[in-house]
Amino acid sequence: MMRTKKSTRAAQYVALAAYLVFLAFPFLWLISTAFKPARELGSLHPTWIPEDPTLENFRQAFDEQPLLRAAGNSLIAAVSAALIAVVIATPMAYVMARHRTRLAKAATGWVVVSQAFPFVLIIIPLFLILKNLHLINSLPGLILVYVVWSLPFALWMLVGYVRAVPAELEEAAAVDGASKVRTFVSVVAPLLAPGVVATAMFALITAWNEFFFALVLLKTPEKQTLPVILNRFIGAEGVADLGPLAAAAFLATIPSLVIFALIQRRITGGMLAGAVKA
Amino acid sequence: MTLATATKRSARGAPGKRPSDHGAWFLVLPALIPILVLSVGPLLYGIALAFTDSQSGRTAPTQWIGALNFKDLLHDTLFWDSFRIGLLWAFGVTVPQFLLALGLALLLNQNLRFRWLARALAIIPWAMPEVVVGIMWRLVYHPDAGVLNETLSTFGLGEGKDWLTGTATALFAVIVVGVWAGMPQTTVALLAGLQNTPRELHEAAAMDGAGAWRRFRTVTWPAIKPIALAITALNFIWNFNSFALVYVLTQGGPGGRTRLPMLFAYEEAFRYGQFGYAAAMGCVMVAVISVLLALYLVGRLKGDDET
Repeated sequence: MMRTKKSTRAAQYVALAAYLVFLAFPFLWLISTAFKPARELGSLHPTWIPEDPTLENFRQAFDEQPLLRAAGNSLIAAVSAALIAVVIATPMAYVMARHRTRLAKAATGWVVVSQAFPFVLIIIPLFLILKNLHLINSLPGLILVYVVWSLPFALWMLVGYVRAVPAELEEAAAVDGASKVRTFVSVVAPLLAPGVVATAMFALITAWNEFFFALVLLKTPEKQTLPVILNRFIGAEGVADLGPLAAAAFLATIPSLVIFALIQRRITGGMLAGAVKA
Repeated sequence: MTLATATKRSARGAPGKRPSDHGAWFLVLPALIPILVLSVGPLLYGIALAFTDSQSGRTAPTQWIGALNFKDLLHDTLFWDSFRIGLLWAFGVTVPQFLLALGLALLLNQNLRFRWLARALAIIPWAMPEVVVGIMWRLVYHPDAGVLNETLSTFGLGEGKDWLTGTATALFAVIVVGVWAGMPQTTVALLAGLQNTPRELHEAAAMDGAGAWRRFRTVTWPAIKPIALAITALNFIWNFNSFALVYVLTQGGPGGRTRLPMLFAYEEAFRYGQFGYAAAMGCVMVAVISVLLALYLVGRLKGDDET
């Protein structure tokens, strides 16, 4: 190990502290605002710690906006999209990882290219297609879009995980006379399970957080997802409404934070595995 | 499956697989159909729309109008203003994002206490819904109830400003949010690159009396360069195409000062119903970004050969 000079160390700690403050302060302020009574929000000198903390903002948030229904819509959309995405992406990722066919190359090309296109170029035709299918302002329509939208990342991750499964196992199964599909289902799939779960969780969070497609495709409040409802909240806000807004925003974040904390290591690992070997 | 094909496959990725393999098709189709129908198809459809006069809610049939949309775009000063803002935003976010992330990654690669805390906090911007990030920073920037003005006045650093609605400050204010929101991914990617750099090389360079900067330039940077290139290119694309953050923060205001091209195209398509024209904007955005990226990557890779 190299020795580091004391003055250098000190400078490093100062820099680290600065980063910690920068990363944390907006979130702490959100939490602080969420627990402040209206009177304090209107005061000229807001404080970090609410002098008179209250849950009133949370109650008001649920009263004023259909948060529960929106959260329900978000949950349905996110869970269905994540499940469908991994169910159809896993076999394809398997083929992409194991077969060097033209199809696999084209699929890899699509994964990369699809990152570069602005959503507006996709959303207009999608809007027209879904309109013809009468899937505008419906959760199934949104779910379809989320599935396709999460596929590039899911494929990218899953290809990395498939490559980590030793090919020898499959050869053994093939020698025993198992068909390709059979090999996949009974040999490869179980070994992939942890990676598949992580990918599904990630797809779930991205769909839960997603705003743009939901904004365009969902028209009525009964169908809208949580981010869209939160955005409606902003509108014409008086100072007094900041509290409920902060409370709702804080609640909407908790599921994402919890799930992400659980899978973070696996996701970063998978991202780079895909990157290094692709 | 015969033994012969099975052993042929043993070298991973060997060309033993035939494309005509029915099992493979069976595995691919469930994903391939949605990709073709809902991604590749719409993409081509979108490009085609750019050459039509497609509008929402019109009864007359849509007609081909050649490059008319693009001609109109050429003279649309509002669009080019928006495009310029988009480039300012994309550079303004991507460059500090990279430098700050590199700094943090280098720190996290050191044996410091509280590293775990920084890693834990870095999750927050990454996992949060963009709408919540926007709301959160609105609260920070809020002229009365916000923490920023209060802190500035406590330290005597000037009067309270209305950051997001001031024409002079709005773009800068949203760029700060963009940097904050995108820093964690970049940090994690760079940190992974750093952890792959050979320690021995670092130590050998230190023995030879190379200073920190020299060690960084000769040992660390070459090792993380591929990841750095990839992540900045991706960040630039994502930032240029971003929508939700700025939409929630300012809706493109004040007076269009933060109206990114995506916001402009969104309004054109879904507020005014000009589908064809908005699609043409999308095409122009893709074209310009592709050219910029090609120049960037070619330039960087050439620089690689010279050193």
